[in-house]
Amino acid sequence: MVGIECLVLGAGQEVGKSCVIVSFGGKRIMFDCGMHMGYLDQRRYPDFSRIPDSSDFTKSLTCIIITHFHLDHIGALPYFTEVCGYDGPIYMTYPTKALAPLMLEDYRKVMVDRRGEEEQFTSEHIATCLKKVTAVDLKQSIKVDDDLEIRAYYAGHVIGAAMFYAKVKDSALVYTGDYNMTPDRHLGAASIDKFLHLDLVITESTYATTVRDSKYAREREFLKVVHECVGKGGKVLIPTFALGRAQELCILLDDYWERMNLKDIPIYFSAGLTLQANMYYKMLIGWTSQKIKDSYATRNAFDFKHVRSFERSMLNAPGPCVLFATPGMISGGFSLEVFKQWAPSEMNLVTLPGYCVAGTIGHKLISGKATKIKIDRETEVDVRCKIHQLSFSPHTDSKGIMDLVKFLSPKHVILVHGEKPKMATLKGKISSELGIKCYDPANNDVVHIPSSQYVKVDASEAFVHKCINPNPKHFESKADNDSDMDPKDTASLPMKEIEYKRVAEGILVMDKTKRPKAVHQNELLAMLGVEEHRIEFA
Amino acid sequence: MQLVSLSISLLIFVFILYMCLEVSSGEFVNTLQTLLSKGNGFHFPPCYILELCGFNVLLECPVDLSALKIFSPIPSHSYQCTDVEDSVSLASNNPSSDEREHKRRKVEKKSLEAKDLICAEPWFKMVTNLHLWDLSFIDMVIISSPMGMLGLPFLTRNKNFSAKIYATEVTTRLGQLMMEDLVSMNMEFKQFYGPEESELPEWLKWNELELLPIELKNILMGEDGATLGAWQSLYSTADVKDCINKCQTLKYAEEACYNDTLSIKAFSSGLEIGASNWIINAPRKNITYLSSSIFESAHAMSFDYNSLHGNDLILFSDFSTLSSIIGASNDANVSGSSQDSQSTATGALRNDLENKDSLISSDDSSEEMDKIAFIGSCAIDSVRQGGSVVIPFGRIGIVLLLLEQISMFLESSNIEVPIFMISTVAEEILAYTNIVPEWLCKQRQENLYSGDALFGHVELLKRKCLHLFPAIHSIEFLKTWQEPCIVFAPHWCLRLGPVVHLLRRWCGDPNSLLVLEQEVDAVLALLPFKPVVLKVLQCSFLSGIKIQKIQSVLDMLRPKLVLFPQDLRVNLPTPSPSSYTVRHYSENETLHITSLKKDFEVNLATDLAFQLRPTMLKQENLAIARVKGNLILHHGKFMLDPVRELVESSTNQRSMKWGPLDPNLLLQALQEKGLNGSFHQEASKVSMILIDDPNKASIEIHAMRTVIRADDESLASLLFEAVKSVLNGI
Ligand SMILES: [Zn+2]
Repeated sequence: MVGIECLVLGAGQEVGKSCVIVSFGGKRIMFDCGMHMGYLDQRRYPDFSRIPDSSDFTKSLTCIIITHFHLDHIGALPYFTEVCGYDGPIYMTYPTKALAPLMLEDYRKVMVDRRGEEEQFTSEHIATCLKKVTAVDLKQSIKVDDDLEIRAYYAGHVIGAAMFYAKVKDSALVYTGDYNMTPDRHLGAASIDKFLHLDLVITESTYATTVRDSKYAREREFLKVVHECVGKGGKVLIPTFALGRAQELCILLDDYWERMNLKDIPIYFSAGLTLQANMYYKMLIGWTSQKIKDSYATRNAFDFKHVRSFERSMLNAPGPCVLFATPGMISGGFSLEVFKQWAPSEMNLVTLPGYCVAGTIGHKLISGKATKIKIDRETEVDVRCKIHQLSFSPHTDSKGIMDLVKFLSPKHVILVHGEKPKMATLKGKISSELGIKCYDPANNDVVHIPSSQYVKVDASEAFVHKCINPNPKHFESKADNDSDMDPKDTASLPMKEIEYKRVAEGILVMDKTKRPKAVHQNELLAMLGVEEHRIEFA
Repeated sequence: MQLVSLSISLLIFVFILYMCLEVSSGEFVNTLQTLLSKGNGFHFPPCYILELCGFNVLLECPVDLSALKIFSPIPSHSYQCTDVEDSVSLASNNPSSDEREHKRRKVEKKSLEAKDLICAEPWFKMVTNLHLWDLSFIDMVIISSPMGMLGLPFLTRNKNFSAKIYATEVTTRLGQLMMEDLVSMNMEFKQFYGPEESELPEWLKWNELELLPIELKNILMGEDGATLGAWQSLYSTADVKDCINKCQTLKYAEEACYNDTLSIKAFSSGLEIGASNWIINAPRKNITYLSSSIFESAHAMSFDYNSLHGNDLILFSDFSTLSSIIGASNDANVSGSSQDSQSTATGALRNDLENKDSLISSDDSSEEMDKIAFIGSCAIDSVRQGGSVVIPFGRIGIVLLLLEQISMFLESSNIEVPIFMISTVAEEILAYTNIVPEWLCKQRQENLYSGDALFGHVELLKRKCLHLFPAIHSIEFLKTWQEPCIVFAPHWCLRLGPVVHLLRRWCGDPNSLLVLEQEVDAVLALLPFKPVVLKVLQCSFLSGIKIQKIQSVLDMLRPKLVLFPQDLRVNLPTPSPSSYTVRHYSENETLHITSLKKDFEVNLATDLAFQLRPTMLKQENLAIARVKGNLILHHGKFMLDPVRELVESSTNQRSMKWGPLDPNLLLQALQEKGLNGSFHQEASKVSMILIDDPNKASIEIHAMRTVIRADDESLASLLFEAVKSVLNGI
């Protein structure tokens, strides 16, 4: 099979259940195995039956690569391995392997305990599934087999998030997963090597058309509204999921509390889950931003000074406080319980992320000025509290996507994980501005892409010799390794790295029985075992 | 260009190397390998220079810290004041002839005394042969372990040194902490002795050297004075910082590339956290640099041998079995009240001969854990009897394991005794080891997955069972201090650091215990503390591949050529079954290794391949085509891509013809051009074709030469075309 074939099983012209099956060079890789939070029927999982030879996934797939622990990237994995029976290799970074079970277990509980649904997979499924995972380090070259090599690159977004490079023989591609081109409070910006000679980049496009301004202005705004609220004695509810945003906001608040001397006002975490998650973050500090990493010995940034755990009895205790409560988007559970108590008071504040899935209370709150919200048949809540919508996101904006694509300069781009009309705009921009062929397939579409190929030939010393840099000591070093971790609010990709290039000429001798050999013209006669015949004019 | 192995002295070698540099700059002919030092055990790894593709690569840059023993530890208040005065006077004035005489008599005396040790700020001994090198010749440095980098600032502080340094992230960090610790321990001497007055300290001058007892002289000068130049005053904090800034740190198996020609990758060796073996790839070469490796460790990630598979050449640099041949006595000794009578402890630990088929048996690890447990139980015995325990280990991994073991024993035996760790970098080392799960053994990684701390010390610190102090001078320390206690404190040479003060305090206590690594020469190390009454336990730890496994490791890695230490030759039990060649190397000897592959491998882009216009050769089963492209060297691999630039660069290609000319074919070709020629056989090897119309012309055909005679220029070129068309050529 020549070329690269991409079957988009999920996140095609939508956000949710990321899953792309890429076949090339005789190998077949599944990138991400996510679930869709918006569906409860069979649409929640990718349609695995479309994978070729779906009777035996272990045989059909060479490996699975998971980019990060968000459920829309890993949510279907236990189902796929434990129920569908895939038993081959699975790769993800150390943090993803460590934190994924927390996410999956939390989701399973919400599904079963709270919605009373039939469970798709059990706790044991999660445990046995994750046992099969090979954890990888950033930039580690992994030989999946003799032909397939993969490598993870820092993606920002959440702790452990990685873009993956995959190479089979002469074809290579990058699947980005979700990434962030600007560093945030706890994570660095995405960082990848130049000159990967890529045939294809499959990139997320959540913010395909948005261009964001400075992150610090947005952070300041958040801190201001929180401070205003607690300053007047109000309570702040921050509904979040246990991992990711919770840690970022916590670092932000803990730091602010220290600077503004607000230690009399408690910051709470609702469930043990987030505190437990902090244990993981402490060991995984090497995967955070350079600034946080550097301070590990004196004070681990995840040893929050002002944060303590919350008891249910404190719900109606007087006085101001800040509370992180799970789940995010107020989709049920404890955050909903707190919301019911606190929403009726205009002194209080609820902060919500920029994006909430339809059907959640969070979605209702950010989509209009709701004054009354129906929780269920019996309950209706008066919403008098302030609502603050966070405007920072762990995804790259469109400028970041363009920067990355330009930097990698692949031959083709496929957009996934975005909204259809915006993706179309970005697609046009990539092909017109960068001159790179771009596709935005829908779910279950297949995209065929030609791939570069090389013919292996031998080359004689003399053929190569004339092209070797005559001054071997002179070379451009790679740009500063850690530039990607700069706390600056800008995208940062190592820009300087030259490639050694020289024009070589000679003669290729092709023998039917041997590998072709390139020789210098002066070597040809000897190689053929002939003598030169000179033509002279008298 | 087949070169045979040469054994030559260092000077000749350096000379040859100059020549090779001349010859081979840019020309990939040979690999040269030189062992500069075989080192000595865990703390002093071997050191090499490789010349690869015209680049000089230094492998490791350690310091011989055991040589510090020739110095006297810092005098204490309890120490005899006269000694101090003696040494001060020595340093400042020329000793009177009486004193010299007195000293000379001392030299002749049989046994060494504490007074014989050099009273001065210690200098550090680098790899002996490294200082003979012009540092500007080194292009690249590869460091495999924290121990292997302790001498790096000596190089980086030299302005001639500009090589690129590669080490794993973890090695660099731990190495930095170890270097910083050395600097701060040395500070105590600096403060005591004051700044050095001259470039060359008093003790390094000839008249002082000759007064030294032979044991010390040997360490200082080597047998022929060769090591004299290896001594250096210690670097500063700024030197360390500068050195670290010059290191390019690598992740696990991250590919780094030097000048696009040498591509390197590090894989865990299991020796210590962050310690690595290397794969070095270059055009026509792939080399495995195999340093001391441990198959199963209870702290570091194990020896990743699978990733080293399939390289042509293995540089085997694990000398660990050397010390086990020489010192093949008991692995653990507890000496009684006097260090002279060493008695074997009950439960002494021995290296078992084991089944050599199984490379990774858990035996190695459990054996090591037995030793840890044994030390732990000895420590418990001591504190039970009211004695304290001091453990000046240099092995970070072993210290971490001992911390876990001892605290567990203390708890299970209900003994409440504090554990101290006194070092300027203790806090950082403990914090750091808990954030590098990627370089830890499988069990520790499981801790990460279950959300538990990677090492027990996290919990110990939290429960305040373990106290960390940078030094013993603080009030905070004195408030917490309580005896008996268990103390981890550097330095294992017993000349630097807090251990000196602790030993002075406890060396007279028969219930106290000092635990040393086997590599430490206990007699000399304890000399300044005499009379020594406290118990001394010495224990050896696995420091590399066991003898029985070497063969299987090599077999499994399937090399074509193995460079193996001459000193270990006896350890390679069965000569290799001709699957690979073994060449032996010794200190200061250069091996020339001819490339195993003659040709380079080049990846030819398919679009360039489609542009080729092959010519079938008439007789042979061959086709040839001119090829021109951009030759790209990327990560040690060549690619030939189409030249896309519109501007055609000038070409050096010329047309070539070969083989004999067939006159009949030429006549035919002429006919096709409308020319009639007549054939005449001249001399035996010369024939002639004559043409009359349109003008007179002749073609003289020799075996390998054809001469065209024609006055008419257009006719001449017509004839030329015809001749060309019937010859093989391009
Ligand atoms: Zn995500």
